[in-house]
Amino acid sequence: MAGTFDKPEVVQEELDILLIGGGMACCGTAYEMMRWAEAVKAETGKDLKIKLVDKAAMDRSGAVAMGLSAINTYIGDKQDPADYARMVSNDLMGITRDDLAYDLGRNVDDSVHLFEEWGLPIWKTDASGVRHDGAEAIKEGLPLLKDGGQPVRSGKWQIMINGESYKWIVAEAAKKALGLDRIQERVFIVRLINDKNDPGRIAGAAGFSVRENKIYIYKAKAIMLAAGGCVNIFRPRSVGEGTGRAWYPVWNAGSTYSMAAEAGAELTMMENRFVPARFKDGYGPVGAWFLLFKAQATNAYGENYMAKNKEMLNDYPPYGQAAVPASCLRNHLMLKEMMEGRGPIYMDTVTALAKLRETLSPKEVKHLEAEAWEDFLDMCIGQCGVWVGENIEPEKKMSELMPTEPYLLGSHSGCCGIWVSGPTDVGAPTTETEAGVPAHLPAGWNWGYRSMTTVKGLFTAGDGVGASGHKFSSGSHAEGRMAAKAMVKYCLDNDTVKTEFAETPDEIAEAIWKPVRNFLEFKDYTTAIDVNPNYITPKMLQFRLQKIMDEYVAGVATYYRTNDKMLEKAEEKLEMLKEDAQKMRAKDLHELLRAWENYHRILTAEAHMKHIQFRQESRYPGFYYRTDKNFVDEENWHCFVNSIYDKKSKQWTCFKRAHVDLVDKSKLFKAAAPH
Amino acid sequence: MPTFVRTEKCDGCKGQDKTACMYICPHDLMKLDKDGSDTGHAMKAFNQEPEQCWECYSCVKICPQGAIECRHYADVVPLGGSVQPLRGSDSIMWTIKFRNGNMKRFKFPIRTTPEGSIDPFGGKPMPKLADITQTGSFTRDMMGGFRPGNPAELIRK
Repeated sequence: MAGTFDKPEVVQEELDILLIGGGMACCGTAYEMMRWAEAVKAETGKDLKIKLVDKAAMDRSGAVAMGLSAINTYIGDKQDPADYARMVSNDLMGITRDDLAYDLGRNVDDSVHLFEEWGLPIWKTDASGVRHDGAEAIKEGLPLLKDGGQPVRSGKWQIMINGESYKWIVAEAAKKALGLDRIQERVFIVRLINDKNDPGRIAGAAGFSVRENKIYIYKAKAIMLAAGGCVNIFRPRSVGEGTGRAWYPVWNAGSTYSMAAEAGAELTMMENRFVPARFKDGYGPVGAWFLLFKAQATNAYGENYMAKNKEMLNDYPPYGQAAVPASCLRNHLMLKEMMEGRGPIYMDTVTALAKLRETLSPKEVKHLEAEAWEDFLDMCIGQCGVWVGENIEPEKKMSELMPTEPYLLGSHSGCCGIWVSGPTDVGAPTTETEAGVPAHLPAGWNWGYRSMTTVKGLFTAGDGVGASGHKFSSGSHAEGRMAAKAMVKYCLDNDTVKTEFAETPDEIAEAIWKPVRNFLEFKDYTTAIDVNPNYITPKMLQFRLQKIMDEYVAGVATYYRTNDKMLEKAEEKLEMLKEDAQKMRAKDLHELLRAWENYHRILTAEAHMKHIQFRQESRYPGFYYRTDKNFVDEENWHCFVNSIYDKKSKQWTCFKRAHVDLVDKSKLFKAAAPH
Repeated sequence: MPTFVRTEKCDGCKGQDKTACMYICPHDLMKLDKDGSDTGHAMKAFNQEPEQCWECYSCVKICPQGAIECRHYADVVPLGGSVQPLRGSDSIMWTIKFRNGNMKRFKFPIRTTPEGSIDPFGGKPMPKLADITQTGSFTRDMMGGFRPGNPAELIRK
C-alpha cells in the first residue's frame, strides 16, 4: 500500500501530453490523438508519451455517464455550418465566436458517424415516414447515417438515439485507442503548474488518488484540460437528499475554469449561465416533449404563455424575433407567469398524447408511450422516480415545469469558458479594437494552435471552450479531436523547449494535502470532529458558497435578480470564503476530493460574480437580471467580457473584447424585424 | 433517489479489493465497509454520501448480484414507487412500479455491436504529418461527415 494518510507517496511522471478528464471531449481527444501519434512514430520515430487521467471511471464519467436520449448536434446534409453558427449565436444573445461554432459545425458529423459504426443505436425514418429505433432500423435494413440513412429529428439539430450505453461505447473506442497503460483512473488533478522561466507556459499538473495515499505530479509539454462545467455553486431547489439531483452532473465542479484561471488562462463570458426550464424536481428533458410530441407549456390556468406574452420578445431585438427565440427569453416569458402568481407551469402532456392518438394505431400508441419513457430512462432516470412516486402517467396527468438553479457550462445551452485559438480559414479577426486588453494577451482570434488557451501548451474542449455553446455530446467529442491534432503539432514544434516547474514537488504535495494536515493537526481539539474552530468541512463550505450565490448573485431565492449593491456584498463574502477555503479539512480521501472540488467551485463562482458585475447590462433576461441595469445594451455591450486571474494577488481583471460576425445573422430574423 | 444496497444480496464482490459499484460510481459514493465499522455489515458496500447521488444508476446497472436499488429522494418524492433496470449486452429491461401499484415494462436497445468489439482504427487511414494543420479529422474523407459549407456564407473571408 502506497504511503499513509499522514505521509502520502509522491509519484512523478514525465509525459509529452496529459489529458485531464475522461468525458466526451477527452475521449474525442484521445481517439484522434492516438492515430496522429502513430503517424508521428511512423514518420519521425518519436514515441509521444501520452496519458489520460480521470477522477472517475471512463465507462461512466462526464456529463454523458447516465446516457442520453438524443444527440443534440448533428448537422446532416441539408444544413450549412453557417446555419449552425447562426443558431448558436442567437440562442446566446448574439455574443459567440462564429469561428469556433462554424468549425465545430463542419466537423461534428464525423464523430456521430463513428459512434454509429461503434454500435450506438440511432433512430431512423424509413421511406414511408415511419420511425424505427436503432436496433429495429438495422433489422429493417435501413442505411447508416454515413450512407444516407435518415435520422429521426426531434428538432432542427437533434437526432434521437437509444443512448443508455452512449458513454460506454465512446469510452471503449477511446480506451482501446489509448491502451490501458496510458489511462489512470480515480486520480483527481487539482492544479496546473506553470513554467518557472516562462510563466505563460504550462509545465505540468498535479493531483491525488482517491483510492490510495498517493500524490501524482505530471510534467507535460501539452495539456488537455476538459473536466466539465460547474454544478452546485448555487443553492439548489432541493436541499436534502435531492441535492444530488442536479440537472447537470453533480460531479462537475468547475475544475476546468478554476485550474485554467489559476494557470493564467484568459476566461470568456463567465457571466453566462444556463437556467434550464425542466420537469420539476426530477429535471427530466423537455426537448422531445416540445419537438417530437408537440406538447405545449401553459400556466396553471391553461394559457399558453409563449403566445400570450409574445410581445415581451420585442423588448429584446433582434434576439426575440428569430423563428426560435433565445432560450433565456423563453424563460423570461415563463417567469412572468410565475412572478405574477399564475403558477404552477405545466407541460400539457395529456392533450399532446391525446392528439397524437387520434391519428395513430394502437401499436403506434404503445410505441409512442415507450418513446416518452425512454426519453427519461436513457438520461434522467430520476424523473421517472418523481413520476412513479407522484402517480404521474403522462397520458392522464400533466407534469410541472420549473426553471432550475443556475449552471455554468460551455457545451450545452451556455457559453462560459476559456478563450481559445480558433481556425484560421473562416475570416476571424487578427486584431483587437477594444482598448483595455492586457498587453501580454493575443490580439486576434487565432494564435497558432486550434483550441489552445492563452497559456502556451494548455488546451481545452467541450465545456472548457467559451463563447461557443450548443456543442453537446457530439460537438464536445469533435472539439476534442480538433484540439488533438493541434496538441500533437505543438509537441513537435516545441520538442526542444525545456520547462521547469515554478514550484518544488514538496511545495506542490503540501498544498494538495493541506486539508488533510488541517484535520490531523486539529481533530482532537474538540470531541466531535465536525464542529471545530480550526477548520471547516467541505460540506459546510459548499453550503456557504451556495447561500452567498443564491441570495446575492441572482439565484432562485431572488428569482434570478441581483444589482450592483448585492454584488458588492457577494464580493466581500466570497473573499472571506476564499480565505477560509485554506482551512478546509479532509478526514479521508473522499473528503479530500470534496475539498478540492469545492475550492474549484469557489473560484468559478467568483469569476461568474465578477463578470456579472463588469457587464453593465442584463444580457440574458430569464437567466439573470441586473435590476440596476435591466436592459440589453447593444451599443455598449455587444462584446465579449473576458478576464484573467492572478493567483499571487488573488485578483481578477475583467475587460472587453470586440465581437465580430463572420456569418450574416440577419438571415435569422423575420423580415419586419426593427433595427 | 439515492441508491441503496440490499444487505442480503451484496457479497462485497467476493472479497476483492474494490467492488463493481466502487469502480463505476462517477462521484465516488460507493464504499466497501471492510470491517463493518461504518454500517455494521462487514464486507458489504454502501452509499457513503446519498445526498450527492445523481441517480445515474451506474452502480445499479453494473452490480453483478442485482443488490442495488434506488429509493427516490425522501425530501422530494412520495414513497412506494420503484424504477429498476436489468441491463444486458444489447438491451435494457425496465420495470416501473407506481405508488398506486400500476406497473409498466419497457425494453430498449443499448448497443448494436458486441461489447468489446470496437476496433478503433481498423480500416481507417493513416494520416500524414504534412496534413496536420488541415481542417478535419483523419477520418474526414471516409466517414462522410465533413460538411465543407458554402464559402459565400463566410462574409469576412
